[in-house]
Amino acid sequence: MGCNASTLAKIHNVDELILETGFSSSHICHLYNRFHSLDKDDKGLLNRGDFQNISELAVNPLGDRIINNFFPDRVDLIDFNSFARTLARFRPVENSPKKEPDSPEPINSRANKLKFAFQLYDQDKDGKISNNELLQVLRLMLGVQVTEEQLDNITDRTIQEADLDGDNAISFEEFKKSLEKVDVETVLSIRFL
Amino acid sequence: MYSVHEESPAVLTTDVFFLYLLPPIVLDAGYFMPTRLFFENCGTVLWFSVVGTLWNSIGIGISLFGICQIEAFGIQDINLQENLLFGTIISTVDPVAVLAVFEEININEQLYIVVFGESLYNDAITVALYSLFKYISQMDQVDSIDIFLGTADFFVVGFGGIMFGLLFGFVAAFTTRFTANTRELEPVFVFMYSYLAYLLAELFSLSSIMAIVTCALTMKYYVEENVSQRSCTTIRHFLKMWSSVSETLIFFFLGVTTVTSKHEWNWAYIGFTLIFCIVWRGLGVLVLAQIINNFRTIPFTFKDQFSMAYGGLRGAICFSLAFLLPDTFPRRNLFTTAAVAVIIFTVFIQGITIRPLIDYLNVRRTNRKLMTINVEIHSRAMEHTIAGIEDLCGQWSHYYWKDKFKKINDRFLRKVLIKDNRPQSSIVSLYKKLELQNALVLLDSNGGISGAPSLTSLQEQKPTKRETFLPEEVWSMQELLSKNMYKIRERTLTYTRHSLPNETRTKEILLRRHSTIRKSMRKAGTWQTPAAAKYYSLPPTVQNLQPRLRLRKYSLTGDDDGDDDIASEINFPPARPRLQLRAKEPRRALQPPRNKLETVNEVRTDSRRTPMVDYENRGGSAMSENSKGRGTGTKRALTPMRQFGLFNEQGLKNKEKEDQMEMEEFRQEALLAAISEKDANIALLELSSSKKKKTQDEVTSLKREKDRLVQQLKQQTQNRMKLMADNYEDDHLKSHSDQTNHKPSPDQIIPPLLDLNQNRSKLKLYIGHLTALCQDRDPKILQGIAPPTSYHHDDRAAWEEELQKMSLEQLEAELEKCEKESAELQEYANTVLQQIADHCPDILEQVVNALEESS
Repeated sequence: MGCNASTLAKIHNVDELILETGFSSSHICHLYNRFHSLDKDDKGLLNRGDFQNISELAVNPLGDRIINNFFPDRVDLIDFNSFARTLARFRPVENSPKKEPDSPEPINSRANKLKFAFQLYDQDKDGKISNNELLQVLRLMLGVQVTEEQLDNITDRTIQEADLDGDNAISFEEFKKSLEKVDVETVLSIRFL
Repeated sequence: MYSVHEESPAVLTTDVFFLYLLPPIVLDAGYFMPTRLFFENCGTVLWFSVVGTLWNSIGIGISLFGICQIEAFGIQDINLQENLLFGTIISTVDPVAVLAVFEEININEQLYIVVFGESLYNDAITVALYSLFKYISQMDQVDSIDIFLGTADFFVVGFGGIMFGLLFGFVAAFTTRFTANTRELEPVFVFMYSYLAYLLAELFSLSSIMAIVTCALTMKYYVEENVSQRSCTTIRHFLKMWSSVSETLIFFFLGVTTVTSKHEWNWAYIGFTLIFCIVWRGLGVLVLAQIINNFRTIPFTFKDQFSMAYGGLRGAICFSLAFLLPDTFPRRNLFTTAAVAVIIFTVFIQGITIRPLIDYLNVRRTNRKLMTINVEIHSRAMEHTIAGIEDLCGQWSHYYWKDKFKKINDRFLRKVLIKDNRPQSSIVSLYKKLELQNALVLLDSNGGISGAPSLTSLQEQKPTKRETFLPEEVWSMQELLSKNMYKIRERTLTYTRHSLPNETRTKEILLRRHSTIRKSMRKAGTWQTPAAAKYYSLPPTVQNLQPRLRLRKYSLTGDDDGDDDIASEINFPPARPRLQLRAKEPRRALQPPRNKLETVNEVRTDSRRTPMVDYENRGGSAMSENSKGRGTGTKRALTPMRQFGLFNEQGLKNKEKEDQMEMEEFRQEALLAAISEKDANIALLELSSSKKKKTQDEVTSLKREKDRLVQQLKQQTQNRMKLMADNYEDDHLKSHSDQTNHKPSPDQIIPPLLDLNQNRSKLKLYIGHLTALCQDRDPKILQGIAPPTSYHHDDRAAWEEELQKMSLEQLEAELEKCEKESAELQEYANTVLQQIADHCPDILEQVVNALEESS
């Protein structure tokens, strides 16, 4: 179904990409097709507008932030390879830990998945989730019935709970620690990747 | 009636059922089917509905025939054909309850659509099979050739129905293309064409159910784009109500029949029917899922399979088919009784227990008590993320065909079937409106109309720090969180049997997302774009520039489709400091008038992109950026200047006008935004729907405020029109004085003339937009007012050439003529506007848009 070697040949550095992301070639192919259908004017690159055109994403409370995470600092167009690399974080973790000890951390490791989630909160990229940042996310995720005061309380409480070093903010380490009991590998994985 | 006619009061006849009760139910199902999902899972749906139904019918029929052979039960007279017929009747499932449960527990979409599609299509298949078996069971001798013919007939009937449906779907879509003037009739077309498809298919003894479902499916996409928002609502509500009525009626009959009609209770037959129903359904799902799993990207897990199998409730269709067996049919009463028994058992026992059972299977997710708040919030955030990423990757099965269809659709179908300037869907327009809302913030800082408290701007002050939280508080917080956090990806379009797809949640999310943006702009706190970091390096004095600068890029999104923030920061012409210019006025005022005219346009385009201009805090860096961006402007200022003094004053006045125009424009936008926010607030309040008096009061007061705003908007629009008019006069006066005082050469007259002409054509364009709007809405508005003659002739190119040849006197005459025409046009536009304001103030918003477009 439109997925073959010729599609793969169009992609820059396919082999490297496959190795890096761990996608199978058919996955890459599918993603490539998707990339192209998102790319409305066939420029081979995606901008934020292309992402925002996905109607489901537009009603996702965290939609903007998810999109932002695809774009590293000061970049406004991404090519297929970085698109695939970002998505590779959501590949399920394989059961067989056969990799050599000195190989680099796989892109879909627990830490990398968590990093993505962390960046959703940490918008100023200072490595910490501040009170304000958390409040904004909560405001996005909670229905209108919750009053502002309740929101503030929840925010304070959340920070208190996770904050270990008393700086009134959640660092990545603290974030990891607070989610220690959660099966992040399963939650942050897409079944069909 | 009962005592006189000695007849059962429940008169459900075949005709009534098939002609009046069944069509609404299937039409509703077809119309509200989530199309995209359905086609993505088309194969699986058909697999389960066609093969599954056949499997169940034949399985149940044959095993019941086996039971009938046992002498002890006393039912040996039921032959194989009759058993097969009964098997067919009893194997149609109606998963109302299951779908309701699925929705609550947030089951995956694939499962949902498969169960839904199965229920939809097995109605059709059961009815087809039913007539086939009914026909066979009334024959004495059955040949193999009959069976073969019957099977062939089955397919012919099915595909014939689909063809009819497609045909009428397209015809209906095509018809609604031309209904702009008879909005009230639009819903009628939808219902009539579907029903026509149904009846015609019936007439040709094709599958009428297939026909009506396909018809609804085909027309929906096009019709909803063609018809007005109101008609669309009517169609949806009417369909829903109609189908609910039908279904309820059938259940009435079921109840009445259970009580009144003669029953034939046979423990063995009914008991075994029940057992076989469950067993065959279970087996069927298990086997079919194993096979189909090999072809799916997302396989069905055991849990999914269990839900599907257990969700096999029997409903209205099953009962009707059994009840409608001809009276001559041997053992009819037994069949009816058995069907009623099975329905009651499945609906009550299975329907009630499915929820706890599925919850039990999901046991891992339910131990919430142990979770910390952190875990709770972050997990939900992660789930949202995954949902987002999944949407981003899309479902990639059937891509090829989807693309193919899309191409055909875009190239041919849409062009033929859809009106040219169709309105946007309500969600899209809400999104656009919200973008506009940013202007509101601007007004806050300008001291303009700020009386629009948003839902969330209740309080701004920093929360008072609290050191500890009591356990109860924590617990109530968790309670609050779990109740109020948005569910993952509300399937806004999913079908529910008794409620309309609901867009409020989506709206709410959009609204909230938006208010967060606004808030962060006000607070100057840390906001989400990476670009924010950029400004941290600014010196502390310029620091408070940051939020305002950022504001600019949000207001941009309306213009260029939300393109990247950073890019817009850099690439777009930077803001022109409006009032800052006052300081440098003398220099600017030295420009010859012809340039002034151009700057009007220039400023106007600029300002639309950058409604927020900060004139106190603009530091040196911003200024330099500024002058760079205005390269053209400065260059022009250097051109030789001919007239001094005289224009200083005029320049100043002109400048003020520009500022004023911009302000008016912003006010207008802001008012629009405020109105839309009010609307949204009202909607939300109404939705939260507590009947409390307080809420109602709030709604009333909001409505009052909205009315006030609408009035203001009207005023504002008129103001702006007036300003525009003044500008023309000014421009003209200027060029006029130009020539009288200094006897300028023709070269000096021509450019202002051209500009005037340009403005005139803009005015024409605006009038064009306005009149089109009125025509669209209600041609009566325009009755009694005719556009001035100048509106109709436009031959710009030729005119320009002529100008070059004209003498000074001719030019002057031309100028006068232009002025007169402009004035006429202006007058006309004002009249139209007044008419609009009088007749239908609700399209004022569109008027503003028209103004935008034409300027």
